[in-house]
Amino acid sequence: MFRKLALTALTAVALAGSPALAAGEGGHVENIRFSFDGPFGTFDQNQLQRGLQVYTEVCSACHGLRYVPIRTLSDEDGPGIPPDQVRAYIEQNFIEVWDEDLRDYRAATPEDNFPENTAAGAPDLSMMAKARLGFHGPWGTGLNSLVNGIGGPEYIAALLSGYNGHDEEMAGTFLYGNDVFPGGLISMAPPLWEDGVEYNDGTAATIEQQAEDVAAFLMWAAEPQMMARKRMGFTAVILLILLSTLLYLTNKRLWAPVKRAAKES
Amino acid sequence: MSGIPHDHYEPKSNGAKWLHRRLPVVGLIYDTLMIPTPKNLNWMWIWGIVLAFCLVMQIVTGIILVMHYTPHVDLAFASVEHIMRNVNGGWAIRYIHMNGASLFFIAVYLHIFRGLYYGSYKAPREVTWIIGMLIYLMMMGTAFMGYVLPWGQMSFWGATVITGLFGAIPFIGDAIQTWLLGGPAVDNATLNRFLSLHYLLPFVIAGLVVVHIWAFHHTGNNNPTGVEVRRTSRKEADADTLPFWPYFVIKDVFALAVVLVGFFAVVGFMPNFLGHPDNYIEANALATPAHIVPEWYFLPFYAILRAFDSEVWVVIAANWLTGGIVDAKFFGVIAMFGAIAVMAIVPWLDTSSVRSGRYRPMFKWWFALLVVDFMVLMWVGARPAEGIYPYIALIGSAYWFAYFLVILPLLGIFEKPLPQPATIEEDFKEHYGKSGSNGDNAATPAE
Repeated sequence: MFRKLALTALTAVALAGSPALAAGEGGHVENIRFSFDGPFGTFDQNQLQRGLQVYTEVCSACHGLRYVPIRTLSDEDGPGIPPDQVRAYIEQNFIEVWDEDLRDYRAATPEDNFPENTAAGAPDLSMMAKARLGFHGPWGTGLNSLVNGIGGPEYIAALLSGYNGHDEEMAGTFLYGNDVFPGGLISMAPPLWEDGVEYNDGTAATIEQQAEDVAAFLMWAAEPQMMARKRMGFTAVILLILLSTLLYLTNKRLWAPVKRAAKES
Repeated sequence: MSGIPHDHYEPKSNGAKWLHRRLPVVGLIYDTLMIPTPKNLNWMWIWGIVLAFCLVMQIVTGIILVMHYTPHVDLAFASVEHIMRNVNGGWAIRYIHMNGASLFFIAVYLHIFRGLYYGSYKAPREVTWIIGMLIYLMMMGTAFMGYVLPWGQMSFWGATVITGLFGAIPFIGDAIQTWLLGGPAVDNATLNRFLSLHYLLPFVIAGLVVVHIWAFHHTGNNNPTGVEVRRTSRKEADADTLPFWPYFVIKDVFALAVVLVGFFAVVGFMPNFLGHPDNYIEANALATPAHIVPEWYFLPFYAILRAFDSEVWVVIAANWLTGGIVDAKFFGVIAMFGAIAVMAIVPWLDTSSVRSGRYRPMFKWWFALLVVDFMVLMWVGARPAEGIYPYIALIGSAYWFAYFLVILPLLGIFEKPLPQPATIEEDFKEHYGKSGSNGDNAATPAE
């Protein structure tokens, strides 16, 4: 009986420990099959580059990525943009960033982080994909995020394509109707438009496509070491299974005479 | 040690004799490692090793993390992201430390419930149990303060809520809270002292662990039958026990390796599952999260804290009897700490003369219900305090106290225990002799 109870305990840890429980109640979020889902999932470099384009051309008008070093755009596990292209990207976008030490503006370098952007009071997006939940169920236990993942990128994608036109003006502020945002009204105007960006790789820039691409990009921004982490996971798990097997056999052999003696007497 | 007859260390070389006369440290290590251990220990006796490993792992990863961490309200959150993005392997160290806390608590709960089921707290092991409860309390303090350090939203608001509990103490509460926080609210002073204590307490825990191990090495291990090892002769003691090294070291390390497979799967593939997304948002004193939820390992006691609101009759009665000094908030705090206190004094609440739950037909069911109750409280602790949830929490809390304060004392009187084996040797032979070595695995001794 105790064994069963122990197993139940472990299940319950997963059950009650899941983080779904405290996030504000938003609308329904559909699971999206991202390339980085599951233990074997990897980032799709083309998608990350498209997402960077959406971020740069649309989101960065109001949102910053203050914790993300620009140099990491060259990571093989990330967007994989060659360093010279990263420098070109900087020249196009970040010629003037504020330097606290110089107390002056200067051109950004790859070693800098993306600039922060608090002009419109919009939240920083560096960890947004880890700071939101897509899945809460069943019964508020959040157990489905064991299968689907925590759902941050799904939430972002659903929010960006979840505008429903039921806009309202409240206390002098114009709010936009959104199916996913908790409360149903969001102060961010619909940011994405059909063909609002023009993808270099010829992908059709539907709203859903752009939303998914930028959600994937933000997942990378939040968790740039994800692929290294999964590799570590596999190395550790495989080595430990090997070690467990050897220890199991050692243990069996060690105890065999003791058990034989018990059986024979 | 332990009064169980066994071999002792004999220095052989001149150098060893020289050292032994001056400091018998080799002898101490020898006696500790060769302690006679009941040969019928089952797989629930492996959590001690897992816990020792967790403590070392948390100390080692913590020492590395603190090299890169900045305990300042303006810099702490960014320094954690610096560890995640710029420090070589920093993400791995941090995720191991973060999830290591969860592994630590899974292991400690299984360890505690094992003790509760097999009566490990009963005479003569009360001191081992009390020391264990002190370790558990220190673990909770350490984990709570550690959770504040990343300075995310849940760090900040968790710290605000939990230190607010001390503010509920009548008359002196506000002064205590201010003293704990180092100011009127959670701020830089709080963060600094929490880091200091978060670094200190694990070493206090390490010291208590030594005392914990010393205590049960003196009394000898409990075992699934609850029947004591025979100490009357060397021959009988040898029939009941095996030396810790190598038999139990290898068994425990094997179990540890299996546990670590699961642990590294979590660290590698879903490191944020047990965390809270709001902690990836920097602390903001002006924006309260929709629901403030502690880490999963505090949830059962958090549920008990919240269960006693001002509409519960015992709270109303306490309030009236004390002339308003004990309000609902203070009552909740008493209930929460009381829930741990009743567990700590369980050696004197359990009146049964039988140690192991295996031979207690009624106890088994009440114990199973206690485990279910613990799960239910954990679940309800994370739900908002509205609708039906407060009632579930109240029933769950009531059962928790009833188990320790009413059921355990009465069971000893009303329960007819099953026959126990005369010796550990008999139990071991029973298992491997007649029923075969691969029979029912519910109580498989070390295999």
